[in-house]
Amino acid sequence: MPNIVVLVKQVPDTYSERKLSEGDHTLDRDFADAVLDEINERAIEEALQIKEAHDGEVTVLCVGPDRATDAIRKGLSMGADKAIHVLDDALHGSDLLQTAKVLAAAIRTVEDVDLVIAGNEASDGAGGAVPAVVAELLGYPQLTHAREVTVDGTTVKVTRETEDGLTHLEASLPAVVSVGEKINEPRYPSFKGIMAAKKKPVETVDIADLGVDAGDVGLANAWSTVVEAAPKPPREAGQRVEDDGDGGVKIAEYLVGQKLI
Amino acid sequence: MPAERLLPDRDAEDLVKLTREIARDELAPIAARYEEEERFPREQFRLLGRSGLLGLPYPEAWGGGGLSYEVYLQVLEEVATAWMSMGVGLSVHVMSCFALAEYGTDEQRARWLPDMLGGELLGAYALSEPQAGSDAAALTTRAVLTDSTYVVNGVKAWITHGGHADFYTTMVRTSPDGGRGVSCLLVDAATPGLSAAPPEHKMGLTGSPTTQMIFDDARVPADRLLGAEGDGLRIALTALSSGRLGIAACSVGLAQAALDEAVAYAKERSQFGRPIIEFQGMEFLLADMAAAVESARATYLEAARRRDRGLPFTRQASIAKLVATDAAMKVTTDAVQVLGGAGYTRDFPVERYLREAKVPQIFEGTNQIQRMLIARELRRS
Repeated sequence: MPNIVVLVKQVPDTYSERKLSEGDHTLDRDFADAVLDEINERAIEEALQIKEAHDGEVTVLCVGPDRATDAIRKGLSMGADKAIHVLDDALHGSDLLQTAKVLAAAIRTVEDVDLVIAGNEASDGAGGAVPAVVAELLGYPQLTHAREVTVDGTTVKVTRETEDGLTHLEASLPAVVSVGEKINEPRYPSFKGIMAAKKKPVETVDIADLGVDAGDVGLANAWSTVVEAAPKPPREAGQRVEDDGDGGVKIAEYLVGQKLI
Repeated sequence: MPAERLLPDRDAEDLVKLTREIARDELAPIAARYEEEERFPREQFRLLGRSGLLGLPYPEAWGGGGLSYEVYLQVLEEVATAWMSMGVGLSVHVMSCFALAEYGTDEQRARWLPDMLGGELLGAYALSEPQAGSDAAALTTRAVLTDSTYVVNGVKAWITHGGHADFYTTMVRTSPDGGRGVSCLLVDAATPGLSAAPPEHKMGLTGSPTTQMIFDDARVPADRLLGAEGDGLRIALTALSSGRLGIAACSVGLAQAALDEAVAYAKERSQFGRPIIEFQGMEFLLADMAAAVESARATYLEAARRRDRGLPFTRQASIAKLVATDAAMKVTTDAVQVLGGAGYTRDFPVERYLREAKVPQIFEGTNQIQRMLIARELRRS
């Protein structure tokens, strides 16, 4: 009966234009629609599949502003049992290390955690290190970039997929697992799930509740600083080749020129 | 631009959000291909079933969503915006559950309704016949009761989901007594003697098969009679009143899709050195299209709110069906005009929208029949 905590993040919708604030280079939250990060939907799906196979309980954990409740509710309507929302204005502008510290402190408040599941990287910050840092802070083994997860008694096995190929990892619980794009296809919530989500407990805590010092978090105390931000340059027009019967040859010449063939 | 909606509560907002997500990710990307290949999206209906969208306006006790028509119809509209065949299919399924939900006994409902409303089953509604369309009371498919089984013989026509549905809510003749001789049977698709004719070759909604259903000594157990013998025509017409609201919502959804496509194109397309949306000829055309969409939406929502409050809504349902389907015909035709030559090609979706807009003016009571029903109420008042 694994007790699973899933780390979730609300991010600007990748379908909408994303922007940073002019002043402090933090995310301009008013600009884009906010959604539960898709990789987190996969993390929740994996947790739910483990729960369905072994029983247990799934808690979603989110650090974020007020409106992150929408992302939490989505997780609950998919089928998670309860949620913890770390909500504190002092957290504004926190970087990856500070966020991981807060997440680790929040995970410690959950009794008898067996498994922490996260997405391997958020679609906004794309740091890709939060799961590893959280594991380090908790002293748990880390099994990252999973494309397959199996829980068997007190052991978790993971097939890890990176550019270097597949690696088979095994660790004792409790452990931190981060999942990649190929792990599963997340389910849609059902209408009944949406209705049920309203009644599920969401515990809202601030950093004082977690024993985290306000001097350790927030933009002013961040370990990393964004000094400049510029929009991505517009895509340049491609090279156009007219096909006068020799289109194939011209494409091959182009590819040879690019050293692609 | 998605339709702007005033929804009654957070649950409804979340439900519309879920519907948009499913529509955007699962329906819209494959709609054009399935329509071209005349392929029925059975798996996509199963997804709607798993998401709880197939029984929204029916009581939770029977596996439904317990929702008002005001909310259900807006969910339906969102589905139709992404894919008209799915919207019409959902509307027909909901109508095909009506007879059992409203007129079945508790025993009948407990036995069949949860799988129809909360599962992945798909329904069909069989009233019309080759010689009985607008004049439904002229239907001739006979059901003769022998040894607690109805033996049914005849041909039903224009059946949406024919050959694919799991059950057919079927109106049959149990006595020669005109409209009072019609009864309603809930026919299982696996009934011996029931078969589907090849699909009709239609102008639009080609992803949704429409067939005749042939009853050849089909043996339907007598416990599948809904209501009493002779109640069938009343049940059928009552179901159609609510069904028409569904068709109105679908038509508004289709018109919204055409409007969105036209606006997007008019912003992109430049002539005489500027986007064509800046020319007054285009502005007025688009403004009239938007006015038609939003007034049709308001019309069906008004009828839905009356239904939700238990007030009579037959006239308003007929008006909504008439207004919304005529609006969809006009808006989709004008969308082709906005896109010009491109709109006339199958590379853009608006010519398909135009073809899809035609049949809602015809089915579930032609718009001439709707005018007749509206006028009849005016005469009586």
